[in-house]
Formats: sequence, C-alpha cells, structure tokens
Amino acid sequence: MYDIESLYEARSVDDACRALADDPQAIVVAGGTDVLVKCREGKLAGAHLVSVHNLTEELCGVRLEQDGTVWIGPITWFHGVTTSPVAQRAVQTLCDACDTPGGPQLRVSGTIGGNVCNAATSADTASTLLAYGALLDVRSVRGTRTIPIGEWYTGPGSCVRERDEVLVGIRIPRASYEGWTGHYFKYGKRRALEIATMGCCCLVRLSADKARVDDIRLAFGVAAPTPIRARGAEDGVRGLTVADAAEKIGLLAQRDTNPRDSWRASREFRLQLIKEMSRRSLLEAARRGGADI
Amino acid sequence: MDMRILKCTLNGRPVQVGYDPRESLLDTLRDRLHMTSVKRGCEVGECGACTVLIDGVATDTCLYLTDWAQGKDIVTVEGLQAPDGTLNPVQQAFVDEFAVQCGFCIPGIIMSAMEMVNSGRTYTREEIRKNLSGYLCRCTGYMNVINGVEKAVDIVNGHVGAGEQDASDVDWSQRVKDGLEADCAR
Repeated sequence: MYDIESLYEARSVDDACRALADDPQAIVVAGGTDVLVKCREGKLAGAHLVSVHNLTEELCGVRLEQDGTVWIGPITWFHGVTTSPVAQRAVQTLCDACDTPGGPQLRVSGTIGGNVCNAATSADTASTLLAYGALLDVRSVRGTRTIPIGEWYTGPGSCVRERDEVLVGIRIPRASYEGWTGHYFKYGKRRALEIATMGCCCLVRLSADKARVDDIRLAFGVAAPTPIRARGAEDGVRGLTVADAAEKIGLLAQRDTNPRDSWRASREFRLQLIKEMSRRSLLEAARRGGADI
Repeated sequence: MDMRILKCTLNGRPVQVGYDPRESLLDTLRDRLHMTSVKRGCEVGECGACTVLIDGVATDTCLYLTDWAQGKDIVTVEGLQAPDGTLNPVQQAFVDEFAVQCGFCIPGIIMSAMEMVNSGRTYTREEIRKNLSGYLCRCTGYMNVINGVEKAVDIVNGHVGAGEQDASDVDWSQRVKDGLEADCAR
C-alpha cells in the first residue's frame, strides 16, 4: 500500500489540467516508475496524484506528421518507442536509448515523457532527445507552451515544467533527424537494471563522400547536474575527417563537461568515460552513416 | 480514501473485488485475491518477483496501481496449470531443466517465459537473456532458467507443426517428454 493521500484518474488531458489546477498539492503520475518509487521511499509521502495513465488516445503513440515531424506521445512506454516503426525509421538512436532503462518489465511501465519530466541527469533518453533537439509541449489551464529541450533542464531533477503542467507531446522536427545517424552509449556496471554511470549520444551528418563530419551533435547524461550538449567539442570537430574528429573529440568533450563524484563513480573515472565514450560513439554514429572506418 | 471495485479478468475468469486506491496490483493480487505466486520482493521494480501478464505483457505489479487494472486481462502462475493438474510446458520445462531452487523469483520468470511462448516465435539465447534481464535470482545462476525457457519456447513454437499450436487437445506434457527424448537421442 502506498502512502498516497488521493488518486484521481483523469478522463482527458483537459480534465487532468483542471484537477491539477484545483488541488495545489496535486502532481502528475503516468507510468509510476518514478513517482510511486518516491512515494515508497517517503519522499512523496501523502502525495495527491492525478493519473494520466489511461489517456492513451491523447498521449500515447508515435506518428509522423505532415511536415515530417516525429510526434511521440509522452505516455508511450519506452518499449513502445523502441518498437515503433516510425521511430525506427526516423530516430533509430532514440529507439536504442529507450531500450536501456531498467529491465523489460520496467520498459512496459515507464514512459518517455516521465523520463523527460523526472529530469534526472542520468535519464537514458535525455542525451538523445537533447541531441535530436526535441520540442516539448506542455499544457495547463493557462494554455499550451512549447519548450525546446535545450531550455528544459534547470538542475538535478528539476525542469521548467510547472507542477500543474502536463507534458502533452514530444516533437522531433524533420531537419533534426533527416540525414543524421547516431549512437547512444550507456555505461553502467550491469547491462540491465542499472542507472547510467555515464550516458553519451552522438549524432553525425556526414559529407556526401562519407569521409567528413559535416555536422555533429554530442550530448551527455551524468556529465553535469543536467543533461548537456558538448558544444565546444561539436565546434572543434565539425568539418574534420571522421578519423581526425574521433582523435580530437574526447579531450574537447572533457573540457565541456563537469561530472561529479558519487558512490557510483569518481569524477576522474567519469572524465575518462567522457573521453572514451565520445570517441566510440562518434565512430559508431559515422559507421551507421556509411563511413568506412 | 473510499474503497473502489476492480472488475477484471484473472486467469480466464471474470472477477470483482474491492480495493483501496492506495494499493498496488501486487497488494490486491496477493492479499485480496490470494494469488500468492505473485511475490513481494524489492517493491521498486528492480527484482521482477511480482511480474504477471497484464493484457499479455509481462509487467511488474509492485509499481502498478490496482486502479490501472480496470478491465485488464491478468494472468498469474495460478492460471497456467490444467484443471487435471498437468503442468504447462513452461512449468514442465523448468522442472525438467532443474531451473528452480528456492523458487522465489521463478513465478515471475515463468510469466516472462509465457510472454515469449505466447508470441508464437522462437528466441536466440541472447534474446532470452535480454528478456529475462529484469529478474534477480540468487540461487540458480540463471543458466538452467535460460535452458528451461529455451526448451519450452522451442517445444511449443519450434517443434510443433503450424496450426497445432492453438489446438486445445494437445498433450503438452507429452510434447515436453517427446522433446526431452529427442534431446537424449541426440
């Protein structure tokens, strides 16, 4: 039995927004894999829950819109993203990232939107969504607003979403994925049921001859208090051959990042991971793009 | 909070039961419906001992509010045995492969094995390992468990002719025995 004060099963997104506005203590629960664990731990004891779990019609699924934008419903399970034909065709690296949190049973409860709203720096989809430049639509009784993911995170476990706002869509514009290939690299002590010690996503767009890195996006989880882009590293290797870029990217990425000591790993070890994972992710992303390296 | 009534299908039978909205499905299945195969382990989604099939999907019930189970089709290990006591092919394969030691984690693992069996296809050992990666077992070392799942999946989905899989009169234990004998002959 959970230490929950109230549980309201919303009938629509608007209904959820109303319930969140009416009760100043109410918070959203979707898959439950973060919120319910926090209730269990006592961190959210006495929670007032507004559940969007059943709003599958409005908030679940992955679809390709007219203009080529990939729309991902926030209560889509991790597994639902991984196995979506649309996502596999357009944003394969996000499918890979969604295949890494917890174990199989968790990936059919935990949702991609929950991963975004929980705002942990270690969230497995965070670095990949950051690299893809996702747009996040949130709705409340005050209306809907769109926040680029680069402006979403404000600190460890915190983001710009207000308590009474419901994430209603995750959008990846066509220009952000078309022509790009990528790789998500999760480092942990175990291959399952593990929080990332370091997460790294590299997306590349290669030149026509597949020899040069025309453009690159490199993003990390657990390399700073929030998921971050390594812009200095991106600028430093853009235009180089794949081999030269792989040679340089590690040290540049270390300068962009600021990992911490924790019981999972020391700062020094994380810096080593950042260097090595940047290089390997870039090479794998380039290979997927057709580079012969 | 006021009690609510859960209406769902449990092991093929429609059930109605009162529940407290603060309950997880694990609480309701164990304490109200007496499905004691569903084990209370870590209660935070890390061990898999509480796994059941919800609409055919192997799901941790510790992080699943009973409120979300309205109208769902739920299957636990209690629903696998035939009325005459014959074991389901997965159960039989676990016995045959010595896949069980203390048994605490096994009911959950069996439900993930059932998910694989029900998919109608076969799996590589690597796929089986990945599909079982949401379980912690302290006794078996996993190898015999993987052997058991592989055997059950192969017997049901690999060695059975097309069209026979859905037949209700298939003697599963005989299938398992036949499979074993075939293995021994090899």
